Amino acid sequence: MLAAIRRGLRRGALPDDQAMALRARLAAHPRQPIPARSRVPRPAQIDLFQRNVEKEFATLQRVPDAAAVPEAVARYLAAQNLPPSLAMAPHPELQALPWADHPMLTLREGRGQASDLVSLQHGYAGIAETGTLMLPSAAQRPATLNLLSETEIVVLRTSRIVGPYEEAWDLLRAERAVPEGGMLPRNIMFVTGPSRSADIESVLELGAHGPRRLHIILIEDDPAALG
Amino acid sequence: MHATSTTFPQNAARAMADASLQKAMARTKPMFPARRAAAVAALPEFEALRETGKQIKNHTLANLDFYLETFAANVERAGGHVHWCSDADEARAAVLKICQDAGARTVTKGKSMISEELGINKHLEAHGIAPVETDLGEYILQLRDEPPSHIIAPAFHLNREDWEASFRKSHTDLPADRVFHERRDILTEARTRLREKFLAADVGITGANFLIAETGSSVIVTNEGNGDLTQTLPRVHIALASIEKMVPTLEDCTSLLRLLARSATGQDFSVYTTFSTGKRRPDDLDGPDAYHVILLDNGRSAMIGTEFQDMLRCIRCAACLNHCPVYGTVGGHSYGWVYSGPMGSVLTPGLIGVDQAGHLPNASTFCGKCESVCPVKIPLPKMMRHWREREFERHLSPATARAGLRLWRWFALRPQAYRLATRAAAWAMARLSRKKGRFADLPFAGGWTDGRDLPAPEGETFFTRYAREQRAGRA
Ligand code: SF4
Repeated sequence: MLAAIRRGLRRGALPDDQAMALRARLAAHPRQPIPARSRVPRPAQIDLFQRNVEKEFATLQRVPDAAAVPEAVARYLAAQNLPPSLAMAPHPELQALPWADHPMLTLREGRGQASDLVSLQHGYAGIAETGTLMLPSAAQRPATLNLLSETEIVVLRTSRIVGPYEEAWDLLRAERAVPEGGMLPRNIMFVTGPSRSADIESVLELGAHGPRRLHIILIEDDPAALG
Repeated sequence: MHATSTTFPQNAARAMADASLQKAMARTKPMFPARRAAAVAALPEFEALRETGKQIKNHTLANLDFYLETFAANVERAGGHVHWCSDADEARAAVLKICQDAGARTVTKGKSMISEELGINKHLEAHGIAPVETDLGEYILQLRDEPPSHIIAPAFHLNREDWEASFRKSHTDLPADRVFHERRDILTEARTRLREKFLAADVGITGANFLIAETGSSVIVTNEGNGDLTQTLPRVHIALASIEKMVPTLEDCTSLLRLLARSATGQDFSVYTTFSTGKRRPDDLDGPDAYHVILLDNGRSAMIGTEFQDMLRCIRCAACLNHCPVYGTVGGHSYGWVYSGPMGSVLTPGLIGVDQAGHLPNASTFCGKCESVCPVKIPLPKMMRHWREREFERHLSPATARAGLRLWRWFALRPQAYRLATRAAAWAMARLSRKKGRFADLPFAGGWTDGRDLPAPEGETFFTRYAREQRAGRA
């Protein structure tokens, strides 16, 4: 196959200097032009994230600090008529929340199961450009929690909201790929709204194979983001 | 997949007489262009990004050998395996062996055009392994034993009644008199049915929208989440990818993703865009124990260095299908193989031969709409013309077409005779159309007038009119 490609390109294997230049390009992974829409001051960036999240049929609630999350979860479940029981990502930030104040909430920590009605996921980053969540897999953030439940709740901090996707890649490279031997996590999901299909007569219906509802609880931990 | 592209004219005639297909097309046809236009209008940089996308793909193709080798090394480093397959037979054998080694009984599948190209379902079935399509559109087509008619909306040709009838016929364990009040009820039935399949499958097969050399990742883009369930739950994940899916870096991929969803469905971004790299890590709680990439050539490397190389930039967004008047009239099945519309007319002859698919490049009005919406600026009409030339050189066009062209050549080399003949013809046709200005039927031109009227000339040729206006000082 390589020989056939080289015949088409009318050359042999790349000469060393050209291969070096390509390796340098991979190492530098230069950014291509980035749309201007997310290059705005922090408070506007958070608003843009929220607007895009809502445009894509997800919901978002802001809370002043982490301590307010269990209360927000309990209220959301009650409002949606959902049972007070959650499959929760075993992430230290979620484990540290004051769940004891809400004894009626039942938590199961671990990966997603087919019987889960509601999952609670830890948000790694939010991308304002399109209201997208970046959810890289880890022992603390199992991918199945994004897929099997009917309703997914994601807890995200405003300090983790970036403008374009490229800034999310920068975070991931520095925090995950570099310490993990240059390898990306096994699975990185970018999630924009709840699952949907337009396969029946091109009409959009929410709730295909993944969650029917996506709810984001946003902890306002970034002073610069407060307008 | 067995090709029926040789009978394109007959396929198209049948499609035009098919009331149910025409009903489905009439309803859905306008939707895609409107959605794309809105998404493009909302991103001022879209035009500039098309050029970026083109450059990224051109750079990758010019160094494809290097990037494929880099990709393969990075997949292996992450604990995955790459299978280099030069044709469909090798790829089918590789997939079957992986499934057999895993002791697989059922296989779930995400949407993949490569899978259609390989005809992988029939191959697995023949060896006692049950494949289950999980994309909603692909699922109903599997129930109906039909091929997809559109590269991103496979059940484009079906109406709601067709869905209900197929579900009643196939899901016989459910009450026969159940009512589907709305489309959502159809969706819910499929969701429940397929959930069991996801959980039972031993192997998951997906396609890949992109492969990333820098990281050894395969990328899928879906709205339903079926592709993610397919690649996350079973013990083994196989990604089917043709070699032109390659891009160098995450940043390059990101730029193309900005173009893809907008061009395809008019979304800013698809619901799930997922990067898979290697197998499950030691402390992961989920994910497959094995990760395989099938790297398929199947005729693509032979397009490199030819006038058809640009076609390998294609990111399968389907914008060219959605804006094509021919596709919109005859539907996807008429094209007779996996790929349809303008991209199919260029790619299919390249992959299965112009002798098999020589009709397809003729299925064009050369209106140029496809090229103008293509997110990576592929000159589709020009390449269709190249195929026509090749077909002509190889004497594959019918004798009448060649005789007609020879006659035209004789006149074209003799301008006086040409003007005389066209003037006579224009005059005669204007008289014949009896002032209605159109022909609904014309001797020797049935192929044209069956699907549309031919506007009649006004009785004057361009040359006569030009000469007249020159004299009047207006030209
Ligand atoms: S040829 Fe262009 S418009 Fe058509 S599917 Fe490919 S990328 Fe999209």
